[in-house]
Amino acid sequence: MNIKQSIALLAASVTLAGALAATATAQSAVSGDAASAAPTAVAADTGEATYQNLCAACHMPDAMGAAGAGNYPALASNPRLIAKGYPLYVVLKGKNGMPPMADMLDDQQVADVVNYVRTHFGNAYADQATATEAAQLR
Amino acid sequence: MDDTADFSHDSNSGMTKRQLLSMIGKSAGGTAMLMAMAPLGQAQASTFKGPISLEGGARGKKVLVLGGGVAGMVSALELSRAGYAVEVLEYNDRVGGRAWTLKGGDTFTELGGATQTCEFAPGNYINPGPWRIPTEHGGLIHYCQQLGVGLEPFQQQNYNAYLHSTAAFGGVPQRYKTIQADYYGHVSELLAKAVRQNALADTVSAEDGEILLESLRSWGALDRNMRYVKSDASASRRGWDKGPGGGLTAVPIPSEPLDAHTVLQSGLWRNIGGHLSNEHQHAIFQPVGGMGQIAAGFERAVGHMIRRNSKVTEIRQSDSGVTVNFVDTKSGERLSTSADYCVCTIPLSVLAQIPLNVGPTLASAITAVPYRPSVKIGLEFKRRFWEQDESIYGGITSTDLPISQISYPSYGYGSQGPGVLLGAYTGGAISYELTAQSPAERVRRAVEWGAEIHPQYRSEFMNGISVGWHRVPWTLGCFGMWNEQTRATHYQNLCQMDGRFMIAGEHASYIGGWIEGAITSALDAVGRLHQRVQQAG
Repeated sequence: MNIKQSIALLAASVTLAGALAATATAQSAVSGDAASAAPTAVAADTGEATYQNLCAACHMPDAMGAAGAGNYPALASNPRLIAKGYPLYVVLKGKNGMPPMADMLDDQQVADVVNYVRTHFGNAYADQATATEAAQLR
Repeated sequence: MDDTADFSHDSNSGMTKRQLLSMIGKSAGGTAMLMAMAPLGQAQASTFKGPISLEGGARGKKVLVLGGGVAGMVSALELSRAGYAVEVLEYNDRVGGRAWTLKGGDTFTELGGATQTCEFAPGNYINPGPWRIPTEHGGLIHYCQQLGVGLEPFQQQNYNAYLHSTAAFGGVPQRYKTIQADYYGHVSELLAKAVRQNALADTVSAEDGEILLESLRSWGALDRNMRYVKSDASASRRGWDKGPGGGLTAVPIPSEPLDAHTVLQSGLWRNIGGHLSNEHQHAIFQPVGGMGQIAAGFERAVGHMIRRNSKVTEIRQSDSGVTVNFVDTKSGERLSTSADYCVCTIPLSVLAQIPLNVGPTLASAITAVPYRPSVKIGLEFKRRFWEQDESIYGGITSTDLPISQISYPSYGYGSQGPGVLLGAYTGGAISYELTAQSPAERVRRAVEWGAEIHPQYRSEFMNGISVGWHRVPWTLGCFGMWNEQTRATHYQNLCQMDGRFMIAGEHASYIGGWIEGAITSALDAVGRLHQRVQQAG
């Protein structure tokens, strides 16, 4: 490798590191007084695992939501889940203070977690969301 | 980011000497200008330009400030100084918002209902939110000085702390100084080789090449042959096998540097850049006793204007004023108050859920900012083993474990009693996963992970406390996350005055997640509000 190639490689790795850092700080133009590199993908292979490792942070393990100065809506027995497109969209794009999960979940994980919530916690919707539908909403 | 991209581009295209000199000239000129202007207070690093002066009188007006965090209290302080009647509503039973310290006896109840009582020994604490004050943040330093909040050095970079990767050196942590010395040393040697082989002849003149070689020798601790080798020079940076001393056993023994391949493959060089940004450069400070002291300082000045335990439920403005409905969270009583104007510092994650009549552009800006996940975990140990066993006094160990970092206390060095360190400070997906656990489980995991770096964890651990920011009832997240697109579409709209209502806080700044953002945002807001009052006559 000649020196120009080496420098190009170094530049590329600097750019990559920058991109990783940007992802880690989740799209914030200014990262704030915040932590550095952290895993950016959710390691969960079932809808239930994704729910308990991601969604439950706010919507709670029993999907009952919570109330403080503001609220996290209950997903349990929630009639707004009747159309699968709505939860698919909110998971991918976020809503109000809820961050978009698009960068942390692949299409199958998005579909799986929506299907899990729509068939548990007092919800019983028969139609299944698919990875293809999730992909179309990205 | 932009600077990095530009520089990479120049490197690839091959910078001529003229371009190089021109670039150096420009930056030197910029530095000279900055130094000349700084004493006049015109070139501060943040937009803080010194104390504001709201001249001309308040015309008998009253301002309602929503939120008793730093943005709200700065607003209250400056508006009341200018003669305004000020009333502040705060959701919590305390003031300060994210300027917050957890110490022994404090309790914290998170969303979901789990209550933790901090068991730290007297003097120990963690700051769950912001925890350090860069020199750059002149606004916060100004108020600390004015409000009698003592500052002390925060050890951001400690050469004796560790860089750790589960995938390098068999998971054995390496001293920061060792990795940095070897990384700089090998890079210097390689670059010197390129200069001597005339590989850079088309971009660096013979004379500059000589200068460059001398600078590389200095930067990398190279020997007379421009080699990075085992020597007193390299050991005085990376550490010795046996350090110098006095008497018969005085002779130092240098250590053997790692080879370039090992250093590069380890990836640990990635962590060296983290301390270089303006906001992490020394000198950097912390309040003596924790960030809660900032809250206490403001409370001394404006605490009498603040009504605590007040949950805002509706904000209505008309041509003549603003009315806010709220609930007393202790008594359940529904109350209402009015003013001529309103400065609202409620986090957007919460404000987005409060009925509010503003124009469509502001309304849509309020719903456009998601809140960042983050978890901090404080751990107390029976003794300061990091000081006693490993000579680490303050500073930060970086790791690719889910805890991301361990920060050692920058206070109480050498004390013999229990010590508290920050055992996790996370961002990204792991933050949600940890937040979703019970407080005890978060602490248990942090101890397990941290023990991979400090085995003493297992025998010395006493207790811990954790804050998952998405479970904080009054913020629903750590701080507002902007991206290029939302900045372009919504930022100006968010900051514009809408009728008699305006927004301030870290979320209305380009210093998101830092108190300086809250301060500069509040000063900008009250300045414009005051201007409006003057114009209204």
